[in-house]
Formats: sequence, structure tokens, C-alpha cells
Amino acid sequence: MNWRSIWIVYDKELRDSLRDRRTIVSMIVAPVLLVPLLIFGAGALMLKTVTKARQEIPRVMIVGGENSPKVLSALRAAKNLQVVPATEDFTNAMVEKRVRAVVKLPPDFDTVIARGDKCEVEIYEYRGEMKSGFAAENLNAFFRNLSDATVRERLAARGVPVEVLQPFTIQRQNVVPPSEVAGNLLGRVLPCLIIVLCLTGAMYPATDVTAGEKERGTLEAVLCCPIGRTELVFGKFLMVLTASIGTVVLSLLSMGATFQLAKRIVAGSAPREVLQSIATVDLGELAGVFLMLLPVAVMLSAALLMVGLFSKSFREAQSYCGPLMLVAMVPAFGAALPGVELNASLAMVPLLNVSLVCKEIMAGAWHWNYILLIFGSACLYATAALATTVWMFHREEVLFQS
Amino acid sequence: MIETNQLTKVFRDRKHRKEVRAVNGINLRCEPGRIYGLLGANGAGKTTTLRLLATLLKPSSGTVCVAGCDAIREPEKVRARIGFLSTGTALYGRLTARETVEYFGRLHEIHGDLLQGRIREVFSTLGMSEFQDRRCDKLSSGMKQKVSIARTLIHDPPVMIFDEPTVGLDVMTARTIVQFIRECRQKGKTVIVSTHVMSEAEKLCDQIGIIDRGRLLAEGTLAELRAQFAANDLEDIFVRVVEGQP
Repeated sequence: MNWRSIWIVYDKELRDSLRDRRTIVSMIVAPVLLVPLLIFGAGALMLKTVTKARQEIPRVMIVGGENSPKVLSALRAAKNLQVVPATEDFTNAMVEKRVRAVVKLPPDFDTVIARGDKCEVEIYEYRGEMKSGFAAENLNAFFRNLSDATVRERLAARGVPVEVLQPFTIQRQNVVPPSEVAGNLLGRVLPCLIIVLCLTGAMYPATDVTAGEKERGTLEAVLCCPIGRTELVFGKFLMVLTASIGTVVLSLLSMGATFQLAKRIVAGSAPREVLQSIATVDLGELAGVFLMLLPVAVMLSAALLMVGLFSKSFREAQSYCGPLMLVAMVPAFGAALPGVELNASLAMVPLLNVSLVCKEIMAGAWHWNYILLIFGSACLYATAALATTVWMFHREEVLFQS
Repeated sequence: MIETNQLTKVFRDRKHRKEVRAVNGINLRCEPGRIYGLLGANGAGKTTTLRLLATLLKPSSGTVCVAGCDAIREPEKVRARIGFLSTGTALYGRLTARETVEYFGRLHEIHGDLLQGRIREVFSTLGMSEFQDRRCDKLSSGMKQKVSIARTLIHDPPVMIFDEPTVGLDVMTARTIVQFIRECRQKGKTVIVSTHVMSEAEKLCDQIGIIDRGRLLAEGTLAELRAQFAANDLEDIFVRVVEGQP
């Protein structure tokens, strides 16, 4: 291996890429500006929408409830409900969002309750619609309180203490320190995010230095020079890897800075766990995650180079990159699903294994046997991908497809 | 000097499950200080032959010797001794003219003062000093062609291979290329040019080889071909050769 030749190719490819507007957008502008903007912009928008919906007093309709003045007046007096006159087509009224929820009371509700009998109250909601859900929650809370009060009255009338219905209380205790709770939350998201960033950062440069060069005819000119094809592919690969890791580092720095800024601006109003997670990120854990994800970046960079080499044109390569992204994202996001835990068989599944072990590391659990097994297998997959790329670069039918 | 002996290249056509003999037993000999023209229609095997000479492809059988080096056993030595100019300028648009030539110089293992000296020499010969620091994508087609020539000349190769070098060029740029090919001959380089433009071959080549379906069907100087096929016009000669007329 001639490292001087590799450096010559790497140096040229990096210079060439950094002058390309499309690489700058995919490597610097998008991750540094757009990703935080999207995450926090969308987060702030959602927070604002939810807060506004919560503050709004929902319009509800009462259907039935004849001869029940007590419950009707209590409902009308409730501060978190706005009762509107009932109409027959209450379902349509809900669909058209004129009312958010409807409660259907049986006739003589007050009498039935006073008699000590049982009856049924129906609450109608438009499932999936946030404001309707809040209105139904308010109605539900109202009737739960009424039910509790009725039970207490009935027990008191019979001289039975309330405790007879609650012989003991239950307290759930958390044994994990807050940092690990936060690590769990961040650990689910961070590895997937890094894998996606590895791909997005490497995608454009990888296709440009392979399919793009084929299309422009420059690859043929370079292949006529006395440089080994292995050196040539290594120079290109190292540049793609640089773009991949550079994108990850820039994105995380940008996100970290945005988090800190957001924490200062919206301290108190944003979810506590999210703010806490950044404040408690352990640098050792973060370094561990980076180390585990390094062979993944190598594998993905090599895979993208293979796609580029396989394609006849830049456009063809770009169209293959979309499905590759999906293929990589499914196992990467699999680790974020609740209930998916690290075990011996999942430890061999590429991408999913690294995502899972990173989740554990971020939660402060260093399972060294799994870490070594997964790091070893990830290195093996990365080596295989890189070896295949080098092999493809030696194939005439790959380089001169026509 | 370029010499081939029974040079053959077979491709596997996976779609139709058959073998395609793109180059079929070609024997040719190009001497220093002379221009050899490889004349053939599209798909005749010209580009494949030149790629075999440039070691971009490996022969299926036969031998190739370029500038005293065996192309199969010593491909890197062969590549160090050739300059390859193909259709299109094949430049990196985002690099400047100087950076492009520098890159190819470094790939040919020319470094430091030697490289800077060569760049000065080549740029001065081709009149490129004015636009040496402009990006290639901002250059006119004539300027691009000069950069392309400069990158093939930077290591001063004894053998020059041109694959349809004037295709798609305007008259003035094509003349620059033709002039450059003649200069290579004057400097004693071995030159091989593929073309399907008869007038170009007539004006430029000392030796002409007519290739069709991978086979070298006729070879000689223009005068020898005229005498052999009893025709004055190269186009008539070409048609007779390809159609198998005596």
C-alpha cells in the first residue's frame, strides 16, 4: 500500500468536494442549520399547539339526562367545560368540530344515583383529534370525581369507612439515577440519528467520486496514471468517511449548542427529561458510542461507494441511495422500539446490534462481552464492505459498463 | 513503440448469454515519430483496442508491448509512459487548471520543484498562463482542451494515445488538437489515434489500420492502401475493406 498515493487522491477529492455547493449543503448547511431548526422548530411548534389546546375550554354537548338538574348544573358550572345546546346530529357536530366531545346521560340520572342504583354514562370523542381527546379527558375526570364523591356518600350513609375500598396504597419507586433515565431516552435516539447522519453526509460525495467521475470521463483519465487501483479506492473512501464523520460531528455539536441555548430560553416550559438528558451526557459514554459507530461509518461509506461504482451515472446512483437509506434505517431505528433488548442473536445483526449496544452504553450499562462481540462483528462487516469495494474497483465490467 | 501480437478481448454478454469478441487477434506496430490511425465505424473495437494499450482493460489473449514494457506484467510502468486523451475533456470542474495538471503530475510521481518546472514549461508551450488559476468549469472549450492536453503531457510520455480526440469539437478547437498531435510526432513520440473521420485520418496519419468487428482488416500508408484497393478516396477504400471487396 502506497500511502503517498492515497494522500494525493484524498487531498484532491476533499478539496474538490469542499468546493461543491451540494456537498456543503449535505455536509454542513443541512445538519448544522436545518436539523436543529427542524427538531427544535417542530418541537416548539408542537409545544405551542399542545399548550394552546390545553388552555382552550372545550365545547361539549350533553345528550339526554332528562330530569337530572343536579348533574346538568354541575356540568355547566365546571370551569374546564363549555356546554353548548344539544342537537340531534351530535356526531356531525363533532366531525365538523363544532363540539369537541359529547356526553350521553341516561334519563333520571340524579334519581338513579340517589337511589343507589347503577347506570351508564357514555362519552363520545373523535379519536386521534387532540382537542377532542382533551375534552373527553375533562368529561371523564368530571364523572370520575362525581363517581368517587357518590361512593363516599353511600359509604358514609352506611357508616362504612372509605378505607374499606382501599385496603393499601401502592408507591412506585425508581432505583435508576436521573442521569440514567435521561441516558435511556437519549440512547434510544442518538445511535439512530448518528447512523442516518453518517449516510446523509457520505451520500453525495460517494456518488460524485464514483458514478460522477465515470459520467464525466475523469475516472478513465485517472486510471491511465501509474497509481494502484487499491490506493485510488482508499483515497476516495477516506474522503467519503471524512464527510460522513464530519457531518456527524458538526451535527452533534450544533445540536448540543442548540439544546443548551433552548434550555436557557425555555427553561421550565420544555419537557424536563429532554433538558436533563443533555445536561447529564457523560463524555465517556459519548466517546464509547462514537467508537462503536466508527466501523458503522466505514461500512456505510463503503456501501455507498459500491452503489456509486455499480451505477452508470450520478442520477442512477442517487436513485439507488434512497432504498439503501431505508435498508439502513430499519435496523437502526429497530433499537429505539420499546421491548427490543440486546441478546446474543440480535448482537450479530448489522446496525441493529450497534444501535442496541449504544443504547445500553448511554444508559450507563457497559456489557463488555456484548461490546467486544458487537465491535468485532461491526469491524468484520466494515472490512467485508471495504474489501468488496476494492474488489469492484478492480473489475473491468464495473468500471467500464456500456 | 507500440506492438501487439494476436491481441484479443472477449466480453461476456450476460443479457444474451454469449461472448462478444470486441478485439479479435489484432497485430499492429506503431513506431516513434509516426502517427498510426485506427480507422473504424462506431462499435468496431477502436476504443477497446486503445484501452487495452493503455492497460485500462486486460487482454483475453495475445500480447501488448508499450515503450518496451509488457502491458500485462508491468501495467504501471506502461501507464507511466503513456498519455491518454479521449473524447471529451474529462476535467474536474471545481479545480483550477493548475490544480488539475498538478494532480495528474503528482499521480505520475512528479513532485516539488520538478513538478513546478514541468507545469511552467507546459503552460508556457500551450499559452495557458493567463487562465491557470481559473476553475475548469469557467473555461471556454478551447481552454478546457488545452488543460486536458497539459494533463496528458505533464509527465512527458514517449507514447500518446488519442481516442477520437476531435469528436464534438468546434473547428478551431479541433485544429488545436490536430496541431498538438502533429507536434507529438515532431518530438519523436509514438502516436496512435482512433477516428472515424476519413478526412482527419487522410491529413494526419502516416500509417492507417482499418478495423471492423474487432479485426484489423487492412493496414498500410495511405499510398499503399490506395494502390492495394485501386481507389483514391479513403472513404471508398474504407467501404471496400469493410464490405470485403477486393
